Amino acid sequence: MQKISVLLFLAWVSFLFYAGIALFTSGFLLTRWELTNHSSCQEPPGPGALPWGGRGEPGACWMASRFSRLVLVVIDALRFDFAQPQRSPVSGEPPVSLPFLGKMGFLQRLLESQPHHARLYQAKADPPTTTMQRLKALTTGSLPTFVDAGSNFASSAIVEDNLIKQLSSTGRRVVFMGDETWNDLFPGVFSQALFFPSFNVRDLETVDNGIMKHLYPTMDSDEWDVLITHFLGVDHCGHKHDPYHPEMAKKLTQMDKMIQGLVKRLKNDTLLVVTGDHGMTISGNHGGESELETSAALFLYSPRALFPSAPAEEPEIIPQISLVPTLALLLGLPIPFGNIGEVIAEVFSEIEDSQPRFSALAQASALHLNAQQVSRFLHTYSATAQDLQVQELHRLQKLFSKASADYQRLLQSPQGAEAVLQTVIPELQQFLRGVRAMCIESWARFSLVRMAGGAALLAATCFLCLLVSQWATSPAFYFGPLLKPTASGLSGAMVCAGLLASTGLKLDSMVLGAMAAVGSLLPFLWKAWASWGSKRPLASLLPMPGPVLLLLLIRFAGFFSDSYIITEARVAPFLLISLILLLVARLHWEGKLLPPKLLSIPRLGFLTPAGPPQYSAMHAVGLGVGLLLCIRLAGLFYRCHEETPVCSSSPLLSPLRSTVDGRTKNLWYGACVGALVALLASVRLWLHCYGNLKSPEPPVLFVRWGLPLMGLGTAAYWALASGADEAPPRLRALVSGASVMLPRAVAGLAASGLMLLLWRPVTVLVKATTGAPRTRTVLTPFSGPPTSQADLDYVVPQIYRHIQEEFRGRLERTKSQGLLTVAAYQLGSVYSAAVVMALTLLAFPLLLLHAERISLVFLLLFLQSFLLLHLLAAGIPITTPGPFTVPWHAVFAWALMATQTFYTTGHQPVFSAIQWHAAFVGVSESRDFTWLSAFLVGANTFASHILFAVGCPLLLLWPFLCENQGSQKRRQPPGNEAEARVRPEEEQEPRMEMRLRDAPHHFSAALLQLGLKYLFVLGIQILACVLAASILRRHLLVWKVFAPKFIFEAMGFIVSSVGLCLGIALVMRVDGAVSSWFRQLVLTQQKAGEQSSLVCTGAGSSARKAQPHLLPPCSQDLLASGTSLFYNSRS
Amino acid sequence: MKDTDIKKLLYTHLLCIFSIILSIFIPSFFLENFSILETHLTWLCICSVSVTAVNLVLYLVVKPNVSSKRSSLSYKVTRFLKCCIYFLTSCFFFHVIFVLYGAPLIELALETFSLAVILSTFTTIPCLCLLGPNFKAWLRIFSRNGVTSIWENSLQITTISSFVGIWLGAFPIPLDWGRPWQMAIEGKHSISLCTRHGAWHCHTSNLILVTIVQGRFHPHFYT
Repeated sequence: MQKISVLLFLAWVSFLFYAGIALFTSGFLLTRWELTNHSSCQEPPGPGALPWGGRGEPGACWMASRFSRLVLVVIDALRFDFAQPQRSPVSGEPPVSLPFLGKMGFLQRLLESQPHHARLYQAKADPPTTTMQRLKALTTGSLPTFVDAGSNFASSAIVEDNLIKQLSSTGRRVVFMGDETWNDLFPGVFSQALFFPSFNVRDLETVDNGIMKHLYPTMDSDEWDVLITHFLGVDHCGHKHDPYHPEMAKKLTQMDKMIQGLVKRLKNDTLLVVTGDHGMTISGNHGGESELETSAALFLYSPRALFPSAPAEEPEIIPQISLVPTLALLLGLPIPFGNIGEVIAEVFSEIEDSQPRFSALAQASALHLNAQQVSRFLHTYSATAQDLQVQELHRLQKLFSKASADYQRLLQSPQGAEAVLQTVIPELQQFLRGVRAMCIESWARFSLVRMAGGAALLAATCFLCLLVSQWATSPAFYFGPLLKPTASGLSGAMVCAGLLASTGLKLDSMVLGAMAAVGSLLPFLWKAWASWGSKRPLASLLPMPGPVLLLLLIRFAGFFSDSYIITEARVAPFLLISLILLLVARLHWEGKLLPPKLLSIPRLGFLTPAGPPQYSAMHAVGLGVGLLLCIRLAGLFYRCHEETPVCSSSPLLSPLRSTVDGRTKNLWYGACVGALVALLASVRLWLHCYGNLKSPEPPVLFVRWGLPLMGLGTAAYWALASGADEAPPRLRALVSGASVMLPRAVAGLAASGLMLLLWRPVTVLVKATTGAPRTRTVLTPFSGPPTSQADLDYVVPQIYRHIQEEFRGRLERTKSQGLLTVAAYQLGSVYSAAVVMALTLLAFPLLLLHAERISLVFLLLFLQSFLLLHLLAAGIPITTPGPFTVPWHAVFAWALMATQTFYTTGHQPVFSAIQWHAAFVGVSESRDFTWLSAFLVGANTFASHILFAVGCPLLLLWPFLCENQGSQKRRQPPGNEAEARVRPEEEQEPRMEMRLRDAPHHFSAALLQLGLKYLFVLGIQILACVLAASILRRHLLVWKVFAPKFIFEAMGFIVSSVGLCLGIALVMRVDGAVSSWFRQLVLTQQKAGEQSSLVCTGAGSSARKAQPHLLPPCSQDLLASGTSLFYNSRS
Repeated sequence: MKDTDIKKLLYTHLLCIFSIILSIFIPSFFLENFSILETHLTWLCICSVSVTAVNLVLYLVVKPNVSSKRSSLSYKVTRFLKCCIYFLTSCFFFHVIFVLYGAPLIELALETFSLAVILSTFTTIPCLCLLGPNFKAWLRIFSRNGVTSIWENSLQITTISSFVGIWLGAFPIPLDWGRPWQMAIEGKHSISLCTRHGAWHCHTSNLILVTIVQGRFHPHFYT
């Protein structure tokens, strides 16, 4: 019951955090209303006659069509400089030679030879620069908002008005070939379509070659009006290698050839558009809003002369969505309803009419149509949603009516209106640009109430964590009051929600969740306040020691500075190292490191330190130095934040596949396998050291045989993955098959191992020995009356044992001979062994999702946490019989280490740093972005969060493990040979984790306290993120730094809280299994009808006979006489 | 005895602070282009030399600890050599700590080492002066209840605050305010000039504080 209530309470606290996060998110992340209105061909966008042959019928809707056919070539991630013409190098300057420069030679020749037919623009994409958002923008002409960024690769159909819909509704035959995303966006619209899966970014060829195979035959077949192709090779090349890889040159040359082939086949009435949907960063990623990501190439070509003038020296910079109204009007379509782009005016000049006046008039009419449409959209939108700024809206409307009046004047008096014409075009352009600016500004509008509510809820939950974790350390803690207010509040909130729903009030699910949270939180806080807070001063609520509080505050404050978030990869280790040094220094300060004689001064002899040193100085200092070294080494694996100006990511993070030199590759491969072996060996050594490896239980068998198998599988997978490109063609199918199957096999093994662990978590060796009669305890001579407490502590157990022996002797005489001793080994480390096994089993699949060389980081991670746990254990006193506490600094160090590992495994809290390649590990032909891919990428990103959260119970368990070592060290070499032989080992036999079992109530309380403390430290981080994001919501870097940080932190929190609950549940499962194991053992002994005594030893690797110290003194007789209910009575 | 000690303490600390301030202004008369920000290495050397000198002079003049019974020349020479070795060891030790803390290993090694030297000047040299090359005594000073005299207490506080100061000095490093002293750091990509500032700033202010605090609150050590 207690266990369940602990888990329930933790789940409830996590739910409170989730509700706070969700409420804040709903107010903070940008949203935009999507209108479902459509422009129609018959209905002009505004009053006034349609210009220039617009007849309101298909083919000439608002304007007469200039082109009857269109070829739209989208080359994914075609950055502007990929297509930029290369000038002949100036003499004296060395020519710049990069793989991506000057590879589109045909485009350059076209631009130079036919300046009136071809034009290159630098198209500025709006962030987020992910493919789906860009496609949406390229067809609707609107601004996809931030919330959409999350749904990349899982796109759903566009509901807004768009070009493709307009094309098909006017009866054009649209043929598509390329990226499958289009199928999700425009299902069933294309008259003929050829989709290729887009998600496998390692595949540079399939999509492009597939398109190429069908492109020219389709072009020649004349069964199309609009031909759209979407090539993915360039983007995939960026993701797989980077733009500087020779492969990029090949890819761009291929694209250039493809365009050359297209141009050859173009007819006079066809327009060719080549565009990139976004750019890419130096490392080949995209998604953010840096200069390189947002600049895309846009190339227009028509066999007829299209442009009145020769291009400028530098290509013009235009917004990417300008393409939408331009294409719509050129093809004689209505402009999509929600478009806010501005037409490219120069393509609307009448070339045949050489008079500049007519050409200007034509431009003005196109702009006017565009402005009318935008104005109509604004009108409709502001009637639907109130999120546009009213004053700005009025100003723009005034501007539009003035421009419109000017335009009408121009139409009515065609003569002598040169001056008016000169003003109309700029006015219209000013209006369109103003609308765009206003939309960008306004769709970044926050709901302050929700943000404040979310932050308050988070803060209250943090406070609750603090309160209850403090409460749980008090000896008089009991679980009853925890659940009552919670349950009542939750049920109340549910009733409220039910009432609201039944009365028909529509409520956001976020708000509903938050209401439930507040409803359950308030009674609890009230009750806690009434029962506990009033009795004690508030100051006792701050239980943390000063230095830890200071470090926590520094960490908290760091979230408010963009520089600190950007450099968090360095700040977290800095704080961690400080904390470690502080720990070592404090151990010394408290005199736990050195023997007292060094510290006490002869003349002030009374100043001896409180206790004898538990650990030698070298031990603790060695641990500290080892930790520092590990942290420093792990710091070598560093990935740059995209905002860091001069920075180069560590080359160690890239997969081995990209290493060119074969020798280095082999060396690195060897190192990775070495790390793997070391990891395996260290885990086995640890288990061996604590004796758990001797148990015949299935999980231990799995550790002995399954883990090496998993290591083998991992190593083989790495070999295949890093050398896949070099495989001979015959074996290619085999290699690709194996590289799919191997990760699956490893994951399957890990899963089965975990299952085994859950099924039989007690890894204990039971030995039954028909023992010789027990050696009798010989009392160490002691003379005189006991004078001090220490003497008493020494004497009383001796007397007790003596009496016990006496009684046993009498019993033995009465019972039959042949005493059976059952010895159970490794019971002392049974909990932590299970947790360590679970961590190892989890680590392997997570390792597979990372690049090969990250295995070194994983090795360091295990080593580091091992050292940290030892160091922490040195400072934690064991208090039996409870209450057990986990100090704050331990929890804080653990959380810091989780953060540090997040960075050292090559992550950064920005979207462009997400390692998408993880989605292909063990997935054969990913046709779509599925939940599996999301899961894999999530597991890759939050690997450190998972591992550290699951491993969190170790913080509680480790001091008990270390008790063993402490006692072994303290064992003095006996001065007297005879005494050494006789002195019973059990005097010193450590009970280790069985101490926890002895006090199940305190054990549960300690687990609860541990969980709450960890949640508090994480919750403080998320609270800081939330406050920073809301206070700095108009900061320059809010979308680049603070918002991504918040999203990553929130996701990390969710993952961590789930992992924490799982870890604690695992410990509880072990506890339950140990209980039933005891019961069973006693029952079997009873059935055997033999007199037995139960011996449980800790880490003893030799078959020592030990005192049955698990049994409380009162139950000694019960067991001896065969009744075995002593453990049942406890549960 | 108490009062005289406190007075002595006050004067020594004032002299220390004075020497640090002088090391900022005096060299500008002798050296061209001297400024703390630009020629920080030179300044650091001068500062550390002057602080060492002042400490040694004060040690010889004030003699806070009871002089040892032996006073043969060879004993003094060995003692001095031992002190030198201790000082160098502490420099290297701090250097290693800085590198472990995240300073680059190879580039800017000179900067890092000069930081280690100045930290040693502020921490190791007073220890050497007061306690001699006796590491066990040092360890005793930095444990709870290990302090026996007002001098040791002042040593404890100044040394710890030097560490804290140099630690605090690391915090402005990531900020992008673009201040001149920060530019100096960024330009050099050093573990930081301001770390050094942090150290001496904190040290000086704490020297003052210590004198006051000791006079007021810690006389009970002698009662």
